[in-house]
This record gives sequence, C-alpha cells and structure tokens, in this order.
Amino acid sequence: MSNPQTGAAPPSGRAPSPGLSSAGSGTFAGSGSAAGSSLASGTGTGTGVGRRRTAWADGVDQLRAAATTEPGRLRIIGAVLAFLVVAFGAATAWQVTDRATAARDVVEHSQPLSADAANIYRSLADADTTAAGGFLAGGKETQATRDRYEADIAMAARLLAKASSNTSGSDTAARQIAKLNSLLPRYTGLIETARTNNRQGLPLGGAYLRYANAQMRGELLPAARELYVAETARLGEDYDSAKAWPWLALSAGVVALGALVWAQRRNYRRTNRLFNYGLLAATTASAVVLLWLAVGHSVARAGLNTSYEDGARSLNVLNEARIDALQARGDENLTLIARGAVVTKDQQDFYEVGYRTGMKDLAGAGRGDAAAADGKLGSALALADDDAGRRPVQEAVETVRQWQARHAEARAADDQGDYDRALAMVIGGDTATGQSFDRVDTQLARALDHEQQQLRRAADDGRGALTGLVTGAVVLALLGATGAVLGIGRRLSEYR
Amino acid sequence: MGRPGDGDMTTRARGLRNLRAALAPVAAGVCVMAATAAVLVPVLGGGPAPRPAPYGTHSARADAAAADCTPANAAASLRPSPADGPTVDKIKERGRLIVGVDQNTYRWGYRNPATGDLEGFDIALARAIAEDILGPDPKISFRAIPTSQRIPALQKRTVDLVVRTMTINCARKRQVAFSTAYFQGGQQVLAPTNSRITGFDDSLKDKRVCTAAGSTGETRLTEERHGARVVTVPNQLDCLVRLQLGEADAVVTDNALAAAQAAQDPTVQLKGKPFTDEPYGVAVNRDDTDLVRRVNQVLEDYRQGGGESRWMAAYRKWLQADLPGISKAPEPQYSD
Repeated sequence: MSNPQTGAAPPSGRAPSPGLSSAGSGTFAGSGSAAGSSLASGTGTGTGVGRRRTAWADGVDQLRAAATTEPGRLRIIGAVLAFLVVAFGAATAWQVTDRATAARDVVEHSQPLSADAANIYRSLADADTTAAGGFLAGGKETQATRDRYEADIAMAARLLAKASSNTSGSDTAARQIAKLNSLLPRYTGLIETARTNNRQGLPLGGAYLRYANAQMRGELLPAARELYVAETARLGEDYDSAKAWPWLALSAGVVALGALVWAQRRNYRRTNRLFNYGLLAATTASAVVLLWLAVGHSVARAGLNTSYEDGARSLNVLNEARIDALQARGDENLTLIARGAVVTKDQQDFYEVGYRTGMKDLAGAGRGDAAAADGKLGSALALADDDAGRRPVQEAVETVRQWQARHAEARAADDQGDYDRALAMVIGGDTATGQSFDRVDTQLARALDHEQQQLRRAADDGRGALTGLVTGAVVLALLGATGAVLGIGRRLSEYR
Repeated sequence: MGRPGDGDMTTRARGLRNLRAALAPVAAGVCVMAATAAVLVPVLGGGPAPRPAPYGTHSARADAAAADCTPANAAASLRPSPADGPTVDKIKERGRLIVGVDQNTYRWGYRNPATGDLEGFDIALARAIAEDILGPDPKISFRAIPTSQRIPALQKRTVDLVVRTMTINCARKRQVAFSTAYFQGGQQVLAPTNSRITGFDDSLKDKRVCTAAGSTGETRLTEERHGARVVTVPNQLDCLVRLQLGEADAVVTDNALAAAQAAQDPTVQLKGKPFTDEPYGVAVNRDDTDLVRRVNQVLEDYRQGGGESRWMAAYRKWLQADLPGISKAPEPQYSD
C-alpha cells in the first residue's frame, strides 16, 4: 500500500489496488501498467475531496471497486495465486531448513555430545574400577593399570571441558558439568592418598580407597549419569524436531493447489478454454513441491526413526550395560580390598552385594546361558537388528556367564580363607575374572561402535532425503508464481 | 546345613537332647552325656556334611559361668590344660587351624602389602596357638571376618577360633566361650596432637566425634554425649580418613584400634585415659571346652618369662610405639 499514491491522486474508489498494480508491475511488464492507467482514468469518479481517510479504508474501497469488474477481479486473483504459491514455497523452505538443521544437529551436535557424556560416565567408572584393581595388586601394580587410570581421568577431564564449551541452554547439563569439575580433582586426590598409604603398608590406604569409591558412586557417577541423561534428552528433542511433520508447509501447499484448481475451473467456466498454460505450469510446480515435500520428509523421517530406534536406543542400553559391568568389576575388586570392613544392614558384604546387583542388572537374575530378558544385555540383544550387532552382545552374555562362574570360585576360595588363591582368581592371568571382565568390556565396546555407525548411517540417509528440497521449493515456487501471474496476465490482455 | 534344628538331625540325637534335658541337674548325668556326645560329634570337615553337636553338649560348666557372669568376672575362663580333647583332635586330623582375623587393623591383624602376608599382634598369637596344636610350621587358614560376623562364624563353625581384638563381655559369653584375657583394652579418645581435646570429657563439646556404627564407642557416646556431634562410619578406620579430611575432630574407639590409627598418622595421638574396661580374649565355640583350655595353656606359656616373655616380645614388636607403658601381660582369671 503506497501512501504517496493515495495522497497525490484524488481518492478514488475505483482505482486499482496499489498492491495489485505493484504486484503486477513487476511481471506484467508494459501491458499491465498500461491497462492499469487506462482503467484508472476510465473509472475514476472522485468522492469527497479534502476528507481524510485511512489508507486501509482506501485500500478496501479500491479493492471492492476493483472486484466489481472482471479485469479487477482477475488482478486480485492473480495476486492471490502468486502470493499463495510464493508463501507455499517460503513455508516449505523455512520448515525444511528447520528440520534439516535439527537432523544435522542430531548427527553433528547432540549425538556426539551424548556420546561424549556416555564416555565421561564410562571413563569415571573405569577409572574407579582400575584404581581398585591396581590397589589390589599393591606393589605389583603394573604400568598398564596405572596408564589406564591416568588415561581415564585425562579423558574425563578433556570431555568435560569440551562438554562445558558445547553445552548451551540446558541448565541441568551445565550444573552437572560444574559439579563434576569440582569433584574430579578431589576424587583423584583421595586415590593418590590411598595409593601412598598402601605403598607404606598402611591399612588406611584401603579406607581411603573405599572413601574414594563411595564418592565416585555417590556423587560423581550420579552427576555423570544425569549429564548423560540431559544430553540424551536433547538428542531426543533434536530427533523430534527433525521428524516433526511440516504441517504449515503442507497446508500452504494444499491451499495453493486448491486455489490454482479453483482459478482454472473459473477460467474454464468463463472462457470455455480447457487450459491456461500459465496456471497449469503453476499447478504443476506446486504439485511437484508438495509431493517432493511429502515424500522427502517421509523418507527422512523413516531414516531418523531407524536411526533412533536401532541406534540411539541400543546405544543407551549398551552404555548402561557397560557401566554395570564396570561397577560389578569394581565391587569385585573392593570385596577383596575391604574384606568385610563394610557390611549391609543384613550383615552381608557390601561390595559382594554390589557385585550381585550389577550382575543382575547386566545379565538378569538367572545364571543360564541365555541373556535374561530383564537384564541390560537381554534388552540390547532384543534391540540389535542385525547379526553384526547381535554377535558381540551374545559373546558378552557368554563371557558374563564365565565371569560369574569364575567369581563364584574366587569367592569360595576367599571364604575358605585362601586369600592368595582368591586374589589370583580375580586379578591373575588368563583364567581370572579380570580377563572375563576385560572381554565383556571389549565386546560391549564393539557393539557400541557398531550401533554408533548404524545410527550415523541411518541419520545420514534420512538427512539425504531433504537435500535440494529447499532450493527446489524456492525455484519451483517462483516459477509457479510467475506462471500464475502470466496465466492471469494472458486473460487480462483480452480486456485491452 | 548342619545347624542345630535342621531337619536332617537324627531322631537319636533329638532323643538324646531330651534325655539330657531331663538329666541336666544331675552332675553325674552331665558327665555321661558329655562322653556320649563326644562320640556322636561328627568330625569337622571329616564327612561330606559335618554336623555340629547340639549346643550345650559340652558347655554345662560354661552355661553356669555365663549365668553368674558379672563385668568383674567376665574375663574369667577355664583352667588351662595341654590335653587333646575332641576339638583339638579334629584340628590335628585336619592338619590346619582355621582362624577368624581382621585384616584392616594395623599392628593387630593386617595384610602387609609388600608381602601380602597377614601380620600383627593378633596374628602372632594365632600362630603361637597353631604351633602348639600342630607343631612347627603349622598350616593356618586366616579368614578375614567382619566384626559382625565374629560370633556367627564360630556358631556356624566356619572358623575354629576368632583372634580379632574381641572384647570379652557377659552378653557375648552367652553365645561363645572366651580364653583368658590376652590384652587389657578400653575405649579411648584419639585426636590430632595439637587439638584442645583432653579425653572423654567436656572438651568434646561441639566437636564432631567419629565412631563406628554399632560399636561400644557409639553406645557410650549415646549415654554420655559431652555435647559432641557424633559422626558414624561403617568401620573404625574410616574415622581416621574423616579426621584427616577435616570431616571429624576426634575419634572414639578401643585404645588398641586407636593406637593402630595413631601408628598410621604421626599427627594424631591418644588423649586422656581409657574410659571403659575391655579385656580381649580368643573366642571359641561354646562346645569346644577342650580348645578353650588348650588356648589358655598356650597363653600361660606365652606370658611366661616376665619382661622376656613371648607376649612382651610381641608387644614390643607391634604395639609399644603407640601404646607405651605396658610392662607385662594381663593376669589370667579362672572360673573353676
């Protein structure tokens, strides 16, 4: 609506709408503006001079006046059609960009952050387990054990720094990162004190180790778990926004198509001409965009669904399983370190109870060969959708059973007072429970790696389905709008 | 398995128990029954299902002792005897003594991380007992048992003896038998050397005092708080961790355990005097009177020699640095 025009010319109820003429002036080239001026001079009657009216009221009056003649009506129809098609294109471009961004965030941002959080969680649990193992070996602690502990702590610290610079918005995540940052140095301090006392032959070392372990399981691991849950929730949100149907674009498409069909039907009724090529082109372009949008989004959605169902959920369960295995191993070590210094309310060894809880969570209550469905490994097996995913989990189940059998032997030896044999069965060579645990951990790492790749591939496939849709929608919408305007312009030219 | 009252107890044994109940007041009857039961007692570890004799078989005298137990005579035990009874025979037959010990109490029972061996005052005594029963280089199975498992371990016969800084008192004497006292302990306060805390008194006011949950220390602190704030932990050694980390100001525990803590941290020391009387004894299943007498015999020999006794040698080696001022072993008391 251009005010200067209404201000300069006498307010005219029959003047063509400024909006219309400006919309026409771009695409109608010479003919449109010529028709506009002839119309204005032909129909202008003039109302009360000097009475000030609002631009809106002027516009409405002009539109109403224009709608009384066929060329006026045609101009309005042309403008509305062009607007609807362009709006459809714009909505498509906007909503698809939104979803593509969310899908990219899944793959490039929130999924890596969630994986990092899982790694922080795992590194901390692994550090604690490794520290207990090294402690148990006492003076014979190997360089490899020491290195593994150091690497775990370094990894956790590095990932925490990375997470704190990448985390945006989520209060929970930021709070947990701050908490972990302040607790981690305290924990490593306790471990070093435990180590120093142990090297001097003081039982106090064992008490420090138990204290450090209590800190780890009571403070650090819950915080790491919450961080993981928060990052995973964000991953879930990104999945959801990537998968959300672009309702606005779809409705705009349907409305635009409907309007085009109506316009052609009207055209046919009035002129008895079957085709208006301009409008037909606009219809085709809009239909193509709508179809592309619907199909492209469905494919992307399917890909993301696969990625989430097969990948993200499997990763979740496998990460939990790995932590369970680590905690069970840590408790197994601590049973031999604490040797009954801590008991539960019903006078059972606290750490042996912890081991059993971890194992039950990992592989279910039973001891059979199959993974119990209520264990994490059972769930992982149910979620794995191909042989490559199932194999490492099945192997892990078998190894867990072997671990349990070896653990029972070690406990029996310890209960008979044969500490040295029990120790050898827990941290000794190839037949020790430590070796079973290491294998479970490796197998679960392999399963995690596989699921990670699957998730990435499915998500990438999904994202691929949206490629070119934005550009295509914009180009086709512009073409469609041009077609609509040209098609109406062709009819208008008949009134000249 | 093998616990009294289990369904697999033979009818004969049950009959005997009833018979014994009838004869209990008669001294002669007791003697006859003891002899019969000795034959019936299955050899521990000898059969596939070792079955302990019903409680009371051997302990008519112990029952009597427990009945008139007072804090003053609690430490009194049976007269020593070097004779082999059924329990000692069983141990000899097995060729191995099974002893319940601690592995977290420095200087008393702890695992030397350099050698992986158990060492300490309690362990030295257990070795002396094993040598006496089994001869030189005896086989010993040490089982680290938690404080709460000391009595059940004896009742279930998973161990022959418990040598684990265990205080003799009347409540425990109703459940297990004790040797004569081999150490005179008592609850004491441990605090940093530069602390203003002077002992178990009002200097504890507003201080955070750490003690093990369920310990005598906790009981005494409940009775007589002295304005202290009590911090409880699963194990007494955890108190030293709390003290070092500044989460507690003082520790209340047995002086033996407190000394073990002081031995691991030169900046803390025992404060004031022990405020309870806690004689430590070797605990044995109540039925094994022959083993009680045998252990008392070992203790007699162990104490023999005044300042040059094996007891004093062990004291000097393990305890003197942190529990100075002891010149001889506690005097034994006998109840018969």
